[in-house]
Amino acid sequence: MEIGLGHYLTVSAIVFTLGVLGIFLNRKNVIIILMSIEMMLLAVNLNLVAFSTHLHDLVGQIFAMIILTVAAAEAAIGLAILVVYFRNRGSIRVEDINMMKG
Amino acid sequence: MTAVFPDIWPALPEIFLALSGVALLMLGVFRGDGFTRPVSYLSIVCMLLAAVLAMGYGSGRVVTFNGMFVMDAFGVFMKVLVLVSAAFAVILGLGFNEREQIARFEYPVLMIFATLGMLMMISANDFISLYVGLETQSLALYVIAAFRRDSAKSSEAGLKYFVLGSLSSGMLLYGASLVYGFAGTTSFDKVAALFAGGAHVSPGLVIGLVFVMAGLAFKVSAAPFHMWTPDVYEGAPTPVTAFFAAAPKVAAIALLTRVVIEPFGHLAAQWHQVLVATAILSMVIGSFVAIMQTNIKRLMAYSSIGHVGYALVGLTTGTQDGVRGVLIYMALYIAMNIGAFAVILSMKAKGRMLEEIKDFSGLSKTNPMLAATMAIFMFSMAGIPPMAGFFGKLYVFLAAVAAQEYTLAVVGVLTSVVGAFYYLRIIKIMYFDEPAVVVDKVDDDGMTGVLVITSLFTLLFFVAPAPILNGAAAAAAALFAG
Repeated sequence: MEIGLGHYLTVSAIVFTLGVLGIFLNRKNVIIILMSIEMMLLAVNLNLVAFSTHLHDLVGQIFAMIILTVAAAEAAIGLAILVVYFRNRGSIRVEDINMMKG
Repeated sequence: MTAVFPDIWPALPEIFLALSGVALLMLGVFRGDGFTRPVSYLSIVCMLLAAVLAMGYGSGRVVTFNGMFVMDAFGVFMKVLVLVSAAFAVILGLGFNEREQIARFEYPVLMIFATLGMLMMISANDFISLYVGLETQSLALYVIAAFRRDSAKSSEAGLKYFVLGSLSSGMLLYGASLVYGFAGTTSFDKVAALFAGGAHVSPGLVIGLVFVMAGLAFKVSAAPFHMWTPDVYEGAPTPVTAFFAAAPKVAAIALLTRVVIEPFGHLAAQWHQVLVATAILSMVIGSFVAIMQTNIKRLMAYSSIGHVGYALVGLTTGTQDGVRGVLIYMALYIAMNIGAFAVILSMKAKGRMLEEIKDFSGLSKTNPMLAATMAIFMFSMAGIPPMAGFFGKLYVFLAAVAAQEYTLAVVGVLTSVVGAFYYLRIIKIMYFDEPAVVVDKVDDDGMTGVLVITSLFTLLFFVAPAPILNGAAAAAAALFAG
């Protein structure tokens, strides 16, 4: 069986959905949320690279490179905020993020 | 293939702001936190200079940086709005940050970088530059939300904003990747040309479009993607909340407008339903949920959700008049919003900030000028003529009726009535309740200046509305000509 564009898109859709579900269903640890965010971005990269190969167009791969760079910066800032939060509350359990109702 | 040096002049405000941000960062690093006030003043000057540079652009549409960047009258109007509201937000933070002992030089520098991201969003002409601009803005905003490092509430606000902001960026990117795959390009111009030629609209592309719009709806905090707004607004330091409610909202609305009108202008049938649902939900949630709030910052959060709903009514029409209505609405919205936050920031008793609505009781007896100013903003937000807010709603609803969006116009008017309840309730609390606390005098010159400027603008807008109306009309025309 040949692996075609459809297979890549399906995998990336599954990974993206897992990432979104990981953010909403996870009740344990904020680190898992950060990992879910990375998973969403990786799904997008997979999509872009698959389309780029399919279309014989380099823009998709350039886009993927830029997303990788920004994702690294985003993870750094996310972890920094998480450290500040941990210093104040002494916990990074998702259930404890409840000082404001919402 | 040869490398061509791009035409950099259309991006002059961005380049200037980026360089001045770096320079101020260096200045702050070498002189320390004691130098916060000069850095703040310089950052205000830089923002206003960038606004002057943007105004000096003139008119006409220029696409540069390999099709990534576009500058037109729409960009000029929105950039000036963003820069001016960001400058006001820096002024609002001066006294507050010193009183609360969070006066660090990073604050104005982060504001500059966030504003730089907003300018790039407004001028984005490609999904790549859209994403880079959006993230430049968002990364700076996540940090500012958690700026009060020793407060659990502020860091919680930063964390929530970060998680939900990243989620929305992820959705936007997933949509962009689908649009890229099914349209074969990331350039707005090429996508527009494709559909102007009557290309087949595949379901994959429509899914991508909906994902992009969902991501942008997060950024403008339109319902049903508004859940982060009240928590972030309540937890973040108040000047930061004032900033969040003004400049990023204008930039995100500008981005949403450009995306639906320029690349997807021929796909109105596809995005129209999405925008109608978002606008109605935002107006309803913004007006009904706000009634139950006891914290003034949460109230302002729901109020801003409602205001975004009204602005989206204009965008839903997809007509030039509708877009003009959106631009007028946003210009007037930031004036009254910054003013209202200036009042909230002036509400302190014995140096302690007052954030509950009941703290406003009897304000007219203890501080009549402040109460009168707040009354102007509340009347304006409720949309009572001849205040500025009335004209914002008027142009949006006129455009909606002209485009035969009767449902939206009727829902808009009805929710305005509900909204008037909680705005007028604050006025009732200020003027007819007994004073609970004695509110300090406003002793901050910058704050007084902001209060005077915004309240006069809101009160006397109807005397000389021409500059804003003409500017918005030219900006909307530029978007449709392109």
